[in-house]
Amino acid sequence: MDFDIVGLSRLQFAITALYHFLFVPLTLGLSIVIAIMETVYVMTDRAIWRDMTRFWGVLFGINFAMGVATGIVMEFQFGMNWSYYSHYVGDIFGAPLALEGLMAFFLEATFVGLFFFGWDRLSKVKHLIVTWCVALGSNFSALWILIANGWMQNPVGARFNPQTMRMEMTDFFAVLTNPVAQAKFVHTASAGYVTAAIFVLGISAWYVLKGRHLQLAKRSMTVAASFGLASALSVVVLGDESGYLSTEHQKMKLAAIEAMWKTEPAPAAFTAFGFPDQAARETHYAVHIPWAMGLIGTRSLTTEIPGIDDLVARAETHIRDGIVAYDALQQIRAAKGGASVPPQVQAAFEEHGNMLGYALLLERYVDDPRQATPEQITKAAWDTVPRVAPLFWMFRLMVGLGFFFILLTGTFFWLSARRRLDAHRWLLEVAVWSIPLPWIAAECGWIVAEVGRQPWVIEGVLPTAVAVSNLGASTVLLTIAGFAAIYTVLLVIEMKLMLEAIRKGPDAHAPTGIEGRPAGSVDLAPAQQHP
Amino acid sequence: MILHELISYDVLRLTWWALLGVLLVGFALTDGFDLGTGALLPFVARSDIERRTAINTIGPVWEGNQVWLILGGGAIFAAWPQLYAVSFSGFYLAMFAILFALILRPVAFKFRSKREEPAWRSRWDWALFVGGFVPALIFGVAMGNVLQGVPFRIEKDMQIFYDGSFFGLLNPFALLCGLVSVAMLVMHGAAWLQLKTSGAVAERARRFGIVAALLTVALYAAAGVLLANFVTGYAITSHIDTAGASNPLLKSAVAQGGAWLANYTSHPTLWVVPALGLAGPVIAAICLAARCPLAALLAGGAGITGIVTSVGVSMFPFILPSSVDPSASLTVWDSSSSHLTLFIMLVSTVIFMPLVLAYTSWVFSVLRGKVDPDAIKDGKSHAY
Repeated sequence: MDFDIVGLSRLQFAITALYHFLFVPLTLGLSIVIAIMETVYVMTDRAIWRDMTRFWGVLFGINFAMGVATGIVMEFQFGMNWSYYSHYVGDIFGAPLALEGLMAFFLEATFVGLFFFGWDRLSKVKHLIVTWCVALGSNFSALWILIANGWMQNPVGARFNPQTMRMEMTDFFAVLTNPVAQAKFVHTASAGYVTAAIFVLGISAWYVLKGRHLQLAKRSMTVAASFGLASALSVVVLGDESGYLSTEHQKMKLAAIEAMWKTEPAPAAFTAFGFPDQAARETHYAVHIPWAMGLIGTRSLTTEIPGIDDLVARAETHIRDGIVAYDALQQIRAAKGGASVPPQVQAAFEEHGNMLGYALLLERYVDDPRQATPEQITKAAWDTVPRVAPLFWMFRLMVGLGFFFILLTGTFFWLSARRRLDAHRWLLEVAVWSIPLPWIAAECGWIVAEVGRQPWVIEGVLPTAVAVSNLGASTVLLTIAGFAAIYTVLLVIEMKLMLEAIRKGPDAHAPTGIEGRPAGSVDLAPAQQHP
Repeated sequence: MILHELISYDVLRLTWWALLGVLLVGFALTDGFDLGTGALLPFVARSDIERRTAINTIGPVWEGNQVWLILGGGAIFAAWPQLYAVSFSGFYLAMFAILFALILRPVAFKFRSKREEPAWRSRWDWALFVGGFVPALIFGVAMGNVLQGVPFRIEKDMQIFYDGSFFGLLNPFALLCGLVSVAMLVMHGAAWLQLKTSGAVAERARRFGIVAALLTVALYAAAGVLLANFVTGYAITSHIDTAGASNPLLKSAVAQGGAWLANYTSHPTLWVVPALGLAGPVIAAICLAARCPLAALLAGGAGITGIVTSVGVSMFPFILPSSVDPSASLTVWDSSSSHLTLFIMLVSTVIFMPLVLAYTSWVFSVLRGKVDPDAIKDGKSHAY
């Protein structure tokens, strides 16, 4: 990583976003798992389900606090480090962020306090409603954030305004129903559910291995395995790549993930293994699976998937069109909105305006894109290829883990249905050791989506390199150090508290039961107490 | 889509200027009392159970309150993108300090009671103090700088350049504004603590609250005198199209002594706003002394509303003046989002804000009453 302001700003955003995303998936899923458990409690009136709700609620609370603490950073950072971005697309991008606060985060944050403090103040049904509001709020939150993020990948419903020198919204409905955003939401939310399911499954498996809290642990495993299996299937079947053919750069991302340097006749082969070499533009020791890529990418046998070289050639044409648009734009702006703009200039902008972003790719090499040499244009066109090797590997790691999660949750679902959850110790141990895996898969997914978006911050509209604030490198270095320090300290403390809470188990957190008996004793004979 | 043209662009801009004020006031009124409680924590509560009592007055509500800040950030981004871009990048290190404090706060609430050791708890108490005091101070300092104008330029292709430094923000007038902000939020937090606790904590909160309320009046009055006599205001010198394109470079403006009083001169009824800022804290001090905490909370809240609103009213139509290039200043008429975006955001706000207020009120009513130290001790209530 070079020490320029763009690299540093990206590094800071990546650190803070990846860190925030350690807590988000668990909040998304665990809020629903808890709401399901409490629903069972309200419907059956069995105290053990309330104890389950409260125990997993304690772990949820620790995680939630970290999510809130690191979430504010994300919202402020667009303005702090990406001021040109904020100016350029705030008209569209800001709206889902504001709506997230208004419709989702208010709901979640207002009710989360009552979830913890309201047990003695609310009737059972009212408390259940509060819990569902928290779960709904956190999932709505994810929806709005992914509508914003989806727009970065596929900027629909907006048009460039030469007077204000920014993108402006033309169709809010198109922004909401952006196919990329929809695919992302389903995929990301399901991934969060899997994370929570495997978290609950693994911790419960540990209790079963230790012979502790068996009733609570086995019930939790049943909920986790069934919820987890449904979600794991949804993650894979409704994968993120379903939106990958909607735009030019999404095609580039797909080609980079597959290390597909050249266009192949449909249906393309899937490269299961190999070593992508960006400099030589080929993949060494590639192992191909015929037809698979075409089927995964296009859900058809006849649609062609373009390779990297074809897409670069197209990008070069776009850059040349973009230069025409840039030239027309400068003339329109020089006229300051007056009527003195010649009609052919206006027409040139109308025709090529949507390629303006491609001209801005040249600003890495030359101050005025109109002065660019043919070599610089070719270089800028090759810049549209994201880094292939990390995408190739991260994607395969993520997908491999995704299939493993189906296997794991499926196995426990089957065991649970046969009431043999504790039959195989080694399977329980596998479940315990699987706890970190969903996080690895989720972080890989984030890297594939966002590194794959490069060199664009808004695909085809605004290159990352021109979107930064004009800050000093040392200033950003200072805040990177500050974030890294506080985040490291907090992560260590958070992990310790989580482990302490897990080691203590449900007894430490459950208050006296309904009949004034300690909750631990309810553990032993739940069925007799509330038939 | 032509529905949005039902409301004209200039009316929408004016509405969003008012809503910006509503969000800032909403933040100061709700999150204000828990920032103030955090800043008071080490002083009004001495033993562990006293501290836990004080923390538990805000424990169930601070998260919802903080969403006012998050929504404020989002709404500035969506409705005033240039304001968001210039101020957040210009005040970069100050924003980082706020973030640092706001990162500490949620975890301090959650982590403090997880262990018994006094050293552990005392560390998180100081984190809560920092998390309350630092944002309160910096928001005030930021307001003080906005009133004086901020050194930013807008250049080629609307790129933003900021010429100031972090230490440049810490000038005497801005620090005075920072103290006004701390004093008023401490007053608000003290009234809240008097309302929600009993015994020694309530009594100490009462005393701190009276001092803070009187300081609020004195410091606010001093800031007002300085503003009227020594702080240079700004004025627009060219025609400005109130429904034109959002491009600050299309007008010209100058720095002008006394310009921040122009609105009061032309509309004398506006003096009500700063008068409220002065009267509110005085009444709050009296109510605190008379042990009527709810009245003190309301009067103090009215005072805070007056103080925050007076900043906006003095500067109108400016939102963020530039001290190095006054013509690049951001105003209500040339730094908003597009007509369509403002309309969509307004419709969403009209639908959802009443809902938010309704369920927030319900939550507060469920939690009404004083926090009982005995209930915290026996650990039943899932308290912090």
